[in-house]
Amino acid sequence: MASKMTTSKITKERVEKYLAEGKRFDGRKLEEFRDLKIETGISENAEGSAKVTLGNTEVIVGIKMNVGTPYPDSADSGNMMVTAELLPLSSPRYESGPPKFPAIELGRVLDRAIRESKFIDLKKLCIVEGEKVWTVFIDVYSLNDDGNLLDAAGIGIVAALKTAKIPKYDSEKEKVLFGDWTDENVPLSTEVPLSLTAHKIGEYLILDPTKEEEDLCETRVTIGSAKGSISSMQKGNLESLKIEEMEKAIDLVDNAYGGIFKKIEEQLK
Amino acid sequence: MTERKIIVPGEIIVSGDEYLPGEGTEKNGNDIIALKYGLSEESNNLVKVIPLSGAYSARRGNVVIGKVESINFNGWVLDIGAADTAFLSLMEVPRYVNKDALEEVLKIGDMAVLKIWSINKRGVDLSLKQRGLGKIEQGLIVNINANKVPRVIGKEGSMIKLIKDETGCNITVGQNGFIWITGKDIGSELFAKKAIEFIEKKSSSPGLTEEVEKFLKENKK
Repeated sequence: MASKMTTSKITKERVEKYLAEGKRFDGRKLEEFRDLKIETGISENAEGSAKVTLGNTEVIVGIKMNVGTPYPDSADSGNMMVTAELLPLSSPRYESGPPKFPAIELGRVLDRAIRESKFIDLKKLCIVEGEKVWTVFIDVYSLNDDGNLLDAAGIGIVAALKTAKIPKYDSEKEKVLFGDWTDENVPLSTEVPLSLTAHKIGEYLILDPTKEEEDLCETRVTIGSAKGSISSMQKGNLESLKIEEMEKAIDLVDNAYGGIFKKIEEQLK
Repeated sequence: MTERKIIVPGEIIVSGDEYLPGEGTEKNGNDIIALKYGLSEESNNLVKVIPLSGAYSARRGNVVIGKVESINFNGWVLDIGAADTAFLSLMEVPRYVNKDALEEVLKIGDMAVLKIWSINKRGVDLSLKQRGLGKIEQGLIVNINANKVPRVIGKEGSMIKLIKDETGCNITVGQNGFIWITGKDIGSELFAKKAIEFIEKKSSSPGLTEEVEKFLKENKK
């Protein structure tokens, strides 16, 4: 993808025709993911970090923690926030400057997926109730965008959180000793949430689209689930989804969950 | 001809009165300075830079593939991947067009093979008046870096002929990096696409034609 131009309608006919035969341009099956590679601990200064490569798509995720005051409505639990930035380096379509719609959506969808699944046990991140709690900052950066940044970033967040250590905290001086870590991991639930996206092209639902397929997709639905229970959902693009298609998308995501989960476990060892 | 060197913009390639600045270079005093990132080359004291990356810069006479962005009262505005937008005037369509129904010829989002017939301050002017030009009805569009187009075409079209013969596809290469492939089935179109992407990736290795020949033979079903 050397140009800013989106994939043409003519190519769409070909993609659809091929999907009807159950094939995709790169030889994958409809529900097949590209090669997934996870590298953790790529940043020296972050509490936890991961680089995820999904085919040509590359994403890095970093975790930083700091002590702050809790929100009044959740005085006994820590905070978390997910921020995503689509770097101009990752695609000719992104410009530097304030985040635009795709970057905001990416951050918010992933924030919801992690938050609503209760993956991070925020209650355990409380130091002094109502006064001091840990805040977990999750930052997502795209290095190369060849489609499906949403899923790659979701996997990256899980991997980064799993390897993150809580930094030391000097309670007398009320200072976080950055660069000095305790042995404690970030308190996580055993049920790993994965946010996976089903894309609809023509009548077909596919997983893990390349940029080309992403351009041509009419609608998509991102489903955040853990062990069969859905905790978050987001529908993107303009077209609608029928109830049957929605059910199919849920099945598709549910079936893919096991495979991806296994790959994450394998690579985090 | 001297050895090719990798050059970054602003770098002095050679100094001396006898040298002349060619494509992608500029003369500053006695120095020839690079304006683009690429490989420097000199022959007969003419110094030029073969760019390795960057957007397409439109040239007169180029055949390009563009996408209709909007329609005016007297023509179409197309995106050809260059810095300027390109305009196709009603006058440059080789048939009678009803001014109320420009969509009958090209709709927004349609792609067409066009020729650049002039470049002026306003932008690029396109034409459809030549054999082989016109709307693309079906096929596969592949997008590569415009600077690699000469590699895909090869010496006197040798490379593109090789791909055409091996895949049985019809291939039109736009100088702006868009390539239109039509074949008897999608499989052979995808095979041609793969070959083109292979060339783009390996574009700077010597003996490319042989390598592509090998690639085509190995991957042929």
